[in-house]
Amino acid sequence: MNATLRRLSTIVMAMFLSLMVATTWIQFVSAGDLNEDPRNFRNIYSELGRDRGPIVVGGEPIVTSEPVDDNFKYQRTYSGGDAGAAAVYAPLTGFFAVTGTYTGLERYANGYLGGEDDSLWLDRLQNLITGEEAQGSSVELTIDPKVQKAAWDALGDYTGAAVALDPKTGAILAMVSKPSFDPNTIAVHDAAEATAAYNQLLNENPQVNTVDGSERFSAYGPTVNRAINALYPPGSTFKLLTSAAAIEYEGMSPDTSIPAPDIYQLPGTSDANGQVQNFGGETCSGTGEMTLKDALKISCNTAFTGLADEVGKDGMQQMFQDFGFTDSIDIPMSTSIGEYPGLSENAKDDADARIALSGMGQGDLRLTPLQVAMISAAVANDGDLMEPYLIESVRDSDLELVSQTKPNRYKSPFSSSTAEALTEMMVSVVNDDGGTGAGAQIPGVQVAGKTGTAEDDPRSPTLWFTSFAPADDPQVAVAVVLENEGQSTNESTGGALASPIAAKIMQAAIAQ
Amino acid sequence: MSALRPEENAPARIAEAVLLVVALALGMGGMWMVGYSLEDGLPEGFWTYSIVLAALAFTTHIVLRLRAPYADQVILPAVVLLNSVSMAMVLRLDLSPLDMMVGANAPRHIMWSAIGILLACAIIFVIRDHRSLRRLTYTAMIVGIVLVVLPLVPGLGREINGAQIWIFIGPFSLQPAEFAKIAFAVFFAGYLVANRDTLALAGKKFLGLQLPRLRDLGPILIVWAVSLAVLIGEKDLGTSLLFFGLFVGMLYLATDRVGWIVIGLTMFAAGAVVAWSIFSHVQARVDVWLDPLNPDLYDREFGSSYQIVQGLFGMAHGGMFGAGWGEGYSDRVPFAYSDFIYAALGEELGLTGLLAILLIYLVIVQRGLRHAVGVRDGFGKLLAGGLAFVMALQLFVVVGGITRIIPLTGLTLPFIAQGGSSLLANWIVIALLLRISDAARRPSALPTRGALADPAPAMGGGDAIEVGGAGPVQAGTEAGAGRGTTPDEATQIVRGVDR
Repeated sequence: MNATLRRLSTIVMAMFLSLMVATTWIQFVSAGDLNEDPRNFRNIYSELGRDRGPIVVGGEPIVTSEPVDDNFKYQRTYSGGDAGAAAVYAPLTGFFAVTGTYTGLERYANGYLGGEDDSLWLDRLQNLITGEEAQGSSVELTIDPKVQKAAWDALGDYTGAAVALDPKTGAILAMVSKPSFDPNTIAVHDAAEATAAYNQLLNENPQVNTVDGSERFSAYGPTVNRAINALYPPGSTFKLLTSAAAIEYEGMSPDTSIPAPDIYQLPGTSDANGQVQNFGGETCSGTGEMTLKDALKISCNTAFTGLADEVGKDGMQQMFQDFGFTDSIDIPMSTSIGEYPGLSENAKDDADARIALSGMGQGDLRLTPLQVAMISAAVANDGDLMEPYLIESVRDSDLELVSQTKPNRYKSPFSSSTAEALTEMMVSVVNDDGGTGAGAQIPGVQVAGKTGTAEDDPRSPTLWFTSFAPADDPQVAVAVVLENEGQSTNESTGGALASPIAAKIMQAAIAQ
Repeated sequence: MSALRPEENAPARIAEAVLLVVALALGMGGMWMVGYSLEDGLPEGFWTYSIVLAALAFTTHIVLRLRAPYADQVILPAVVLLNSVSMAMVLRLDLSPLDMMVGANAPRHIMWSAIGILLACAIIFVIRDHRSLRRLTYTAMIVGIVLVVLPLVPGLGREINGAQIWIFIGPFSLQPAEFAKIAFAVFFAGYLVANRDTLALAGKKFLGLQLPRLRDLGPILIVWAVSLAVLIGEKDLGTSLLFFGLFVGMLYLATDRVGWIVIGLTMFAAGAVVAWSIFSHVQARVDVWLDPLNPDLYDREFGSSYQIVQGLFGMAHGGMFGAGWGEGYSDRVPFAYSDFIYAALGEELGLTGLLAILLIYLVIVQRGLRHAVGVRDGFGKLLAGGLAFVMALQLFVVVGGITRIIPLTGLTLPFIAQGGSSLLANWIVIALLLRISDAARRPSALPTRGALADPAPAMGGGDAIEVGGAGPVQAGTEAGAGRGTTPDEATQIVRGVDR
C-alpha cells in the first residue's frame, strides 16, 4: 500500500497546489478588479471610515466629515448641509457617495482628502508608528468666495456657466455652473437612497430655449460642471483667436484694413448655403472695408470669415493648438478638450469653407467656458497663458503645509505686442461707441472684452461674454456662457445678457 | 500508576514543546492585536483564552509524552496553531458590533476547543493501540450510517440555510456528518484490509480496466446510496462528496486499482448530475459558482452570489499582506466565523497568511500520509491514509468552494471554523493520527522498507538492552491489544535504540 499512499500524497499535493493557485488568483491577480467593483463596499467603507480632509474656501471649510454612529463613521457634509449654499460649490466639490461614485474634487483630489497621496507618506508612517487613525488632508481652493457668490447670483436662473481666472497666475477665482444640485442628497449613507437621488439628477437635464418652439433639453445635466466639461460653439468670442492669428502670423495691426462685405461667399461654395451674412443682415461698412479693430468692435462676421481664410487652415489650427485647446488640463478635474475642424474626432472636415466659418466661431468648433476665459487670460497676461488651477494648497491634519501650487506658464500662444494690440481692440469693444460689449462697463475701471452669440439651430443661440479688467493691470479674466438663452433680437445677444454678468464678476474680483 | 511513567529513553519531545510555544504566541499575538485594533486594549477574555489554550496544549503534550512518546512532534503544534489563530479570528468577529456577527461567539469557541482537546487527550490515553479499533469495523459502519441519517429524523433534524445537516438535542446542535466521516474511515479501513485481495484481483477486464465483481460492489453501493441520500435528503453536496471521496480514495489505497476510482467518480458524477437536474438549489449553486459577479445572480433573492462575492471582495481587499488583525471588514461577509472564515482570514492576514495556513494543513496531511507509510499494519496504513486524505479533501471542498474551484458547499474549515462538531471531530482525527504515528515511529527490530535494519541491540550500549526485563517492561509496552494478529506484530518490540 505504500506505493498507493505515495501516489495519494501526490494527489493531495496537487489539491493543495490548486487551492494556493486559486487563492493567489483572487488575492493577487484579480484583486485589482475585485477592489474596483462598484459593489465592493470595502474601499468606500475604508475611505469613509477615515476622517476625510475638508475642502476649504477662503479659510472656511465648505466640505467636512462629521462623525456619525454608523458603519461609515463619518458623514460627508457639504456647506453644513445647507442645500442652497452647497449648490454654489457642487460643480467643484462633486460628491462622495457610498455607492462608490465620486465626482469633482472628491474624486480628483481623493488622494489628498483621503490621506493616501504619495506626498503624505510621512504622515502615514507617523500614523503607523503612533497607531493614530489616519486623517485626510485639507484642500484649500483658489476660489474667492465673494467672486464665486457674485458669479452665482449674477447668473440667476439662466442655464450656463461662469469662470473667473487670475490671468497672472492661472488661479481659478470663481467657477459656477447652473443648474446645480445639492451633493448632500447623494452623500447619504443609505445606498439605495443615494442611488435614487443620483439617478434623478441624471434625468434632470434642463429644458432649453429653441427658435422653433420645439421641446429640447440640454445635453448636460446638473451634475456636469459646465465650466470645464460642457462644449459650446464659442461664436464671436472666437474672433479674438482669429485676430490673434492674423496679427501674430500675418503681421496685421488693429488698424489694418480688411474686407467687410455684406455677404461673404465661403470658399469652395457657390450657392446661398455657402453665404455668410452679418448679424441681422446688417452692413458692416459702407465701403466694404474696415479696420480690424472696428471689425472686432461691431463683431463683423464677414470680415472674420474672410480673415480666417486669409490666415489659412495651418495658421488657424496652429493658434488653436498653441492655446492648448486640444489638450485636457487637470485642474485637478479633467477638462474637456475643444473641437476644431481637422483637429478632433468630431470635426474631421477641414475644408477651407469650414476654416473660414470658424473665423467667426461657428461650424465644427466647440470650446468650454474655461477655454474661452483662457483666451482673455492670455491677452491679459501679455501672451503668456498660465495653467488654470483650483487647488491653492494642501495641509495635513496637523495643518502643516504638504504642497502649495506654484503658478505655471502653460502656453505662449502669441507675443506681448500681439497681446497689446488685442487689448486695445477689446477695450474698444466695451468702451467705444457702437461696441457690442458696452454692458460690461465698470465705473472707474477699464474693461477689455468680447461678446459672442453662437447660433445653435434649432436651439436658441448660446450667449457669451469674455473679458478682463482692469485693462492696464489685469486682475481677473472671465468667461460667461448662457446656454441657448438667446432670442433673435438684439437685446438678447451676448452683449445684452452676458456682459452685465461678467461685469458683476469682475467688479467683485477687483474690489478685493 | 506505573502506566503513567514515561517510557525510559523515549524522546523528550522538546521540539514539540518549543513549537507549541511558538504556535501559542502567534495565537496570543493575534488576539492581542485584535484587541488593540478594535477596543484600544486587551480584549475581554484574552488571558482566559490564552491560559486555557496553553494549558490544554501542554496537557496534550504531557499526555503524548506519557502515552505516545514516539508520536509525531509537529502535528500537535500545527493544530494548536490553527486552533489559536482561529480563536483570534472568532474573537475579532465576536467583537464586531454588526447584527450579522451575533453568531460569532468566542467563549463558546474556546469551550468547544477545550472539549475537543480534552477528547483528543482521552483518546490518546484510552486507545493504547489503534489496531483495537479494527474490532469495531462493522459497528463503525452502523454508527456512521446512523449518524448520517439522523438529521433526516423528524423532530431531530432541522433545515438551516437550505441544508438539513444538523440535529438538535436540547440546547446543543450537532453536525453528525463530521463524526460520521471518522466512523466511515474506521469501517473502510477494517473492511478493505480484510477484502483488499478479493477487490483487487477478482473480476473481468474491460477496456483495460480491471473491473470488480458485482458481489464485491456491495459496500460501495451502500456508501454510494448513503452519500446520495445525504445529497438528496439533506441537500448537502459537500458532505456527500467527502464520504464518497473518502471511500474511493481508500479503495484505491487498498487495491491500487484505477478502475475503482473511475467507477466511483462516474457514479458520483451521475448522482450529481441527477441532483443538479432535479433540485433548483443545486442549480443555483452551480450558476453562482460559474459566474458569481453576474449582477442578476448577485441581486436575486434566493441562492444569490452575495456571500461568495463578498468573500472574494474581502480576500481581494486583504491582498498580499492583509489588512491586519481587526483592521479589515471581514465581519461584513455572512457567516465569516464559520463557513467563510477562510475569506475572513484572507482579508485580515492576506495572501501570505492564507498560504501559510494552507502550508500548515499540508504539513499535517503529509505527516499523516507519511506515518501511514511508516506504520506496519495494513489497518493502520488505511486508517491513517484515510483520515489524512479526508482532511485534505475537506479542506479542498471548503477552500475550493470559497475560491471557486468547485461549487460552494456547507463544509467547515477544520480547527478554524467556529462550531463544536467540527472541532470535536477533527481533534479526534488528530488523536488517531498521533496514535498511529506513535506506532509508526516506535523503533522496531524489523527493518522497515527502504531502510537498513537497525544494528543489533547489542551495539546500542547498556541502556538499550531492556527487552528481557520483567514487569515494568510489560507495563510500558504499548502493543498490548491485538498483539499477534498479524505477522508484523509477532516480533517483540525493541525499544531504547538511539534514534
